[in-house]
Amino acid sequence: MLSDVSIVPTLRHSAPARHAAFVRVTHWITTICFFALLVSGTEIVISHPRFYWGETGNDLTSPLFKIPIPASRNFVPTGYGYVLPDQNGWSRYLHFEAAWAAVLTGLVYAIWGVWTGHFRSNLFPAPADRTWRALLGVIAKHIRFRRPNEAEAFSYNALQRASYLAVIFVLFPLMIWTGLALSPAFNSAFPIAVNVLGGRQSARTLHFLVTSVLLLFLIVHVAMVILAGFTIRMRAMITGTMITRTTINGTSDVSQRAGEERT
Amino acid sequence: MNTVSRRKFITAGLAATAGISGVAVAASMAKRYGLVPPDSGGIYGPGETLTYAAQRLLTKHSLAREFPRSMISKVPFANELAPFNDAFKRHQANGFADWRLSVNGMVAQPTSFSLPDLKSLRSRSQITEVVCEEGWSYVAEWIGTPLAEVLNASGMSPQARYVVYFSIEPDWWESIDMADALHPQTLLTYAMNDGDLPVGFGGPLRLRVPRQLGYKSVKFITRLTVTDSLKGFGKGLGSAAPEGGYSWYAGI
Repeated sequence: MLSDVSIVPTLRHSAPARHAAFVRVTHWITTICFFALLVSGTEIVISHPRFYWGETGNDLTSPLFKIPIPASRNFVPTGYGYVLPDQNGWSRYLHFEAAWAAVLTGLVYAIWGVWTGHFRSNLFPAPADRTWRALLGVIAKHIRFRRPNEAEAFSYNALQRASYLAVIFVLFPLMIWTGLALSPAFNSAFPIAVNVLGGRQSARTLHFLVTSVLLLFLIVHVAMVILAGFTIRMRAMITGTMITRTTINGTSDVSQRAGEERT
Repeated sequence: MNTVSRRKFITAGLAATAGISGVAVAASMAKRYGLVPPDSGGIYGPGETLTYAAQRLLTKHSLAREFPRSMISKVPFANELAPFNDAFKRHQANGFADWRLSVNGMVAQPTSFSLPDLKSLRSRSQITEVVCEEGWSYVAEWIGTPLAEVLNASGMSPQARYVVYFSIEPDWWESIDMADALHPQTLLTYAMNDGDLPVGFGGPLRLRVPRQLGYKSVKFITRLTVTDSLKGFGKGLGSAAPEGGYSWYAGI
């Protein structure tokens, strides 16, 4: 891995593009929104760290599960002898503002992704990778902690593509859906949104569970970035260019290929 | 290279101009059609305005979900209340016989209703869910007089835009726009699950607003003020909720 900062300026123009500006901007806006939603969502959960299934649930009914933390309301039976300060006011304001920013960013990203073929060329698995054998090969490679070779660094492998697609087209829409299903006014106009989930408390529990899956994705995502070369990957997602050994040696098959893949 | 960046520059400039003027046009339209909430200032203003405006466009006339009798919660849950003030205790000792609801502001005739007066108006019964911002909920049957009945009986002015409602307990007041005030499910509730409304749930009189979170359903209502502006009430943010850090519109 080559990460000598002094060579960067001279390479500005020759280094091949890894991520389009549009991907980088929406990626970081989404990152900021995700953290705002995570922190504010956690604060809201602290006011009632109990989860139920069905339409209703409260301190007098038995929960599906509870999180063993103290609460910010004194009547919640947590088993702790103290109550945390109430942070729901700003948390709720921030939660919905960040949700709007995330949804609008996601909407623009989705339109752009279809328009430019970003999803088709960069995220849907390449034809050769659409087999179980190919997927298993990638998984085996991951298990052995083999770092990607330089050709692979300019594209996403099948496992990456599958997880990014799942986050973008399954988990994010589920977050929006289960979140909207918690709005009494939205539910009055679209009752089916909450009814098919099994009721209000089911929607709340699912909102929490999908968050947990997204958090797991985030941890693995950051871990993989670190394993694959933190400086190089972060620079690629911030400046858009990927500095590798091949790049420095001049044009090669790898940078040619990456140049062609540029969107 | 140069032509490409010039084209990009011009495109980006046009897009930014279109974006900014689009936002400006949307903001003035929103103001004209009453889509801006009273707590639209500050850093959370844009999110609040988007939520309120989107929901007003989508949900103006929609009805909150109603449930079958079998889904009424066997153990409804009521939040802990602050100790009652002396005025409430006197009413409680008297069995709420002298409880009155006064209606003033932009009405033809300021009026005061006793509980029997309210019960003599058209009543409505509905089984809806109480949803707390903390996350818990329960379903109960609520019986009361639609707020619209009381407003009409008082001769509400067509220029009215909000109804502000006050609890007998100090600093406990909220307001709603006309979409919610005239909504058929917004009830001045005096009975619950076939009995009088218990004190813990807001008895003798609670304004139930089922399309918004529980904190908009203020307990122990004694006064309604009809107005076209919320500026003169409290800090001008619309209700006690934003003064305590919570959003005015709670339909989410």
